Amino acid sequence: MQAFEYANPSTLQEALSLLGNRWGEVDVLAGGTDLLPLMKDEIHTPRRVVNIKNVKELGGIQSTKAGLRIGAAVTLEELLQSALVRKTYPALADAARGIASPQIRNMGTVGGDLCQRPRCWYFRNGFGLLARDAGGQALVPGGENQYHAILGNSGPAYFVSASLLGPALIAYNATVKLASASGSRDVPVEKFFVTPQNDSSREIALLPNEIVTGIVIPSAVTRSATYEVRQRQALDWPLAAASVVLRMKGATVAGARVVLGHVAPTPWVSEEAAQALAGKAINEETATEAGKAALAGATPLSQNAYKVQLARVAVKRALLQAARGRA
Amino acid sequence: MQTLTRVRAIVNEQPVEFLCEPRQSLLECLRDILGLTGSKEGCNDGNCGACTVILDGRPVNSCLVLGVEAEGCRITTIEGIARGTELHPLQRAFLNQAALQCGFCTPGLIVAAKALLDEDPDPSEERIRAFLANNLCRCTGYDKVVRAVQDAAAAGREEVPA
Repeated sequence: MQAFEYANPSTLQEALSLLGNRWGEVDVLAGGTDLLPLMKDEIHTPRRVVNIKNVKELGGIQSTKAGLRIGAAVTLEELLQSALVRKTYPALADAARGIASPQIRNMGTVGGDLCQRPRCWYFRNGFGLLARDAGGQALVPGGENQYHAILGNSGPAYFVSASLLGPALIAYNATVKLASASGSRDVPVEKFFVTPQNDSSREIALLPNEIVTGIVIPSAVTRSATYEVRQRQALDWPLAAASVVLRMKGATVAGARVVLGHVAPTPWVSEEAAQALAGKAINEETATEAGKAALAGATPLSQNAYKVQLARVAVKRALLQAARGRA
Repeated sequence: MQTLTRVRAIVNEQPVEFLCEPRQSLLECLRDILGLTGSKEGCNDGNCGACTVILDGRPVNSCLVLGVEAEGCRITTIEGIARGTELHPLQRAFLNQAALQCGFCTPGLIVAAKALLDEDPDPSEERIRAFLANNLCRCTGYDKVVRAVQDAAAAGREEVPA
């Protein structure tokens, strides 16, 4: 790991004054579960690291008029321990429960989940976010792409968004709160994830002089669930995931949000699945149809066609789980 | 020359103070500066759990924590598990069940298992397996480890009757 200057601010204002104006200068340290490996591999080589774990304003889970506010530095374990989260936002709890391991959940944070870098092995091995060779040729389409995108993959990005909480937060229409030294802004989580157009940009709408301060999830009576298809039950990212939020009118769907994870460079909102469910009861047949609709436009790469069926199944099982509800 | 930072923490109930570079992990600080070489470096990226320590009551991978982040924290390493010369029930159970072969993962497994039993003195087998998912062992196949944790949990419950 290259040497850097360490800053340990105790207020948000102080933390914001320590950020840089260009990506690469300064990194924000919360759980460290992604940043430290990136720095050890010298994919990130910041000259300064700002630890935000001691910034009080970034902690805590509170019910507010606008909905549930979750501080960016809340750990994934704290999120899971919240009875309010488990009871009211099961799709979020399902997603948090699936993350890695007890050790990682004790360290990793909500803000960090949204800001973690892609797991694309070309990126992690120094080929850049868009994974190109020295001549500018994209390496993924003809390369080892079994874990890459099957939607939104016409280029230039082929990686999948690594965020586990993102799909659930988007399904709940949550907002992410960002702050810089000159002010703060709210961005719908759906708009927070972006497909980068060049190697020097990022896969999130955060600016280099901003940090994520928290999330607000509007309160609404819904049924929701997240289902992840995994190779292993722990210590891995899903191969495909789906978060669904259903607004029911009696036994039928008045409105649905279906958001897929790990299939595209951003969490993938499926209007097609939502339309397929409108006015229907949720059962094996309608849930299967919604899964088919969500993946109808899939364009798998040479080695990842298997992910299409996994994603269909994720949508189906998330819908059935949401409809069943839980004690 | 890199500036060194002074860090004060409580390690295994003892106040300690050390100087480190910001880029040194807590694991490096424990091993190379404080001489506590019980915590092991396996993967150095959070996968294997051989470096597990209890930080302010919660098990973490010390390879993913910077030494400077330990300022003001309370840390328990494998060296702090035994009570003086008397082994902890987990350590006795690992020996009795032969829950180790090469032993490299054992410090991390025992520290993680201690964190589990501190939180849940009577965990189910499923809970034990899920809780120890971040502690990889390439020798035992885990069954003996799980049995050792179950034995230690039973021994702990006998010691402190409800």
